[in-house]
Amino acid sequence: MQPIIQVRGLEKTYATGFQALKGVDLDIRRGEIFALLGPNGAGKTTLISTVCGIVNATAGTVTVDGHDIVRDWRAARSLIGLVPQELTTEAFESVWATVSFSRGLFGKPPDPAHIEKVLKDLSLWNKKDSKVMALSGGMKRRVMIAKALSHEPRILFLDEPTAGVDVELRRGMWEMIGRLRDSGVTIILTTHYIEEAEEMADSIGVISNGRIVLVEDKAALMRKLGKRLLTLQLQHPLEAIPAELAGYPLTLSGDGRELVYSFDTQEDQTGIARLLRKLGDHGIDFTNLHTEESSLEEIFVSLVKERA
Amino acid sequence: MTSPINLHAVKAIYLFELARTWRTLFQSIAAPVISTSLYFIVFGAAIGGRFTAVDGVSYGAFLVPGLVMMSVLTESVSNASFGIYMPRYSGTIYEVLSAPISAFETVLGYVGAAATKSIILGVLILLTARLFVDYSIQHPFWMVAFLVLTSVTFSLFGFILGVWADGWEKLQIVPILVITPLAFLGGSFYSISMLPPLWQKITLFNPVVYLVSGFRWSFYGQADVPVGISLAMTALFLALCLTAVWWIFRTGYKLKA
Repeated sequence: MQPIIQVRGLEKTYATGFQALKGVDLDIRRGEIFALLGPNGAGKTTLISTVCGIVNATAGTVTVDGHDIVRDWRAARSLIGLVPQELTTEAFESVWATVSFSRGLFGKPPDPAHIEKVLKDLSLWNKKDSKVMALSGGMKRRVMIAKALSHEPRILFLDEPTAGVDVELRRGMWEMIGRLRDSGVTIILTTHYIEEAEEMADSIGVISNGRIVLVEDKAALMRKLGKRLLTLQLQHPLEAIPAELAGYPLTLSGDGRELVYSFDTQEDQTGIARLLRKLGDHGIDFTNLHTEESSLEEIFVSLVKERA
Repeated sequence: MTSPINLHAVKAIYLFELARTWRTLFQSIAAPVISTSLYFIVFGAAIGGRFTAVDGVSYGAFLVPGLVMMSVLTESVSNASFGIYMPRYSGTIYEVLSAPISAFETVLGYVGAAATKSIILGVLILLTARLFVDYSIQHPFWMVAFLVLTSVTFSLFGFILGVWADGWEKLQIVPILVITPLAFLGGSFYSISMLPPLWQKITLFNPVVYLVSGFRWSFYGQADVPVGISLAMTALFLALCLTAVWWIFRTGYKLKA
């Protein structure tokens, strides 16, 4: 199936001479949640702003559901809802008025029932007559999401959607984003909370220094790059790793009570059974053991470091 | 399917901007009406009697078209510049820039709303003036035409100012240093034939002279400059503003990176 967003050779050099995008190619599949990760200044916001028509590209093309964003801008833009990173709202308007305004702006006839549904989904219904400036930061963020959803977009861009939102609300927002995906909306989000990408995303793209360095299914990425760690709690502390075990990737904790073995989940032979037998042979007893996967955060950090 | 023109968007911006007037009723309507009334009281009623009639029109009546023009053009500039500067300042402009809305539609919404306010204001001042002085309107069609043309032209000018300004100070300084002097020296309070010959020449570089003169002609059939020239100059200024707006959207000047 044709990707819903297709970016080819996208470059952006700002008037200051700063090159924010250095030839980005990216396909985003219909109906997925795509998380765009990258350190500050990597080009995440520039990429989103260019697709949404706020920043003019220096070179390259973008199509949205087959519509070129320059030639066929009207069709392309009416499919997109954007929630920018900065909290920017019309201070003096009521929530209801500002959300209804957005719907009109995107060329849709008024539909109070839809606006009501959006506000209820975002727990803003009881605030509909409040002025936006009277709301808390988290509520303003949700007003911005409501504005983006007011015109029933097929694609939703969320630039750092949960920045400044407390943990409980963040959960609620994730659930809402999940429901949107289930209704067929493609979601592209940037985030600093790796936890967020790990929790929600179907695919993950990493941008670093103006280039996409990786795009992968989240599960595949975790499998591919994921190292597992086996931690053994020892009955008797060791002073050093016995010489017979030198061939194994083992580390000993400072107090000598924990032995950590790292292995790759992709390998057919993880070597665990052999290791445990050897430990038994040497009379090293352990009271407990557990394994853990490396998190996306660790994967991400190692990726960005590698390329820098 | 997307329609060739996004009327919902034009309507949304237009109504949003008019709602802003409603919210700031005192500032945008009541204040100019009150200050113009003061001019009528001071110049028209109190000391106007001591002035001789200008070309057979009593001084109070002579003032009416000039004062209407002066309020309309200063309010057009301030309304329209504020209307577009505010979203730029707060950042909410992102929404307009990312919306499926053309430059023409954007301007239609913002400038249309600002011009509408100015026209309403002009009519209110005319009605208020009735309380103080007697005046006649000989060419109502041209009176309306000049009122609309001036409102649109100076709202466009305000829009340009609002895009150009990158601080509140700049937004204020042009009306104070440019618009107000031009309006005061544009013949609102006097006929330019009262000026010394050199100043009569210099004053012809002031676009407001043509607006006031043409507008006054539509009231009393008399003008400082021929009405055709007034109309042509107003149209020229309108064309200049339209070109500037076209260029702004074409290049994305100060709107898009």
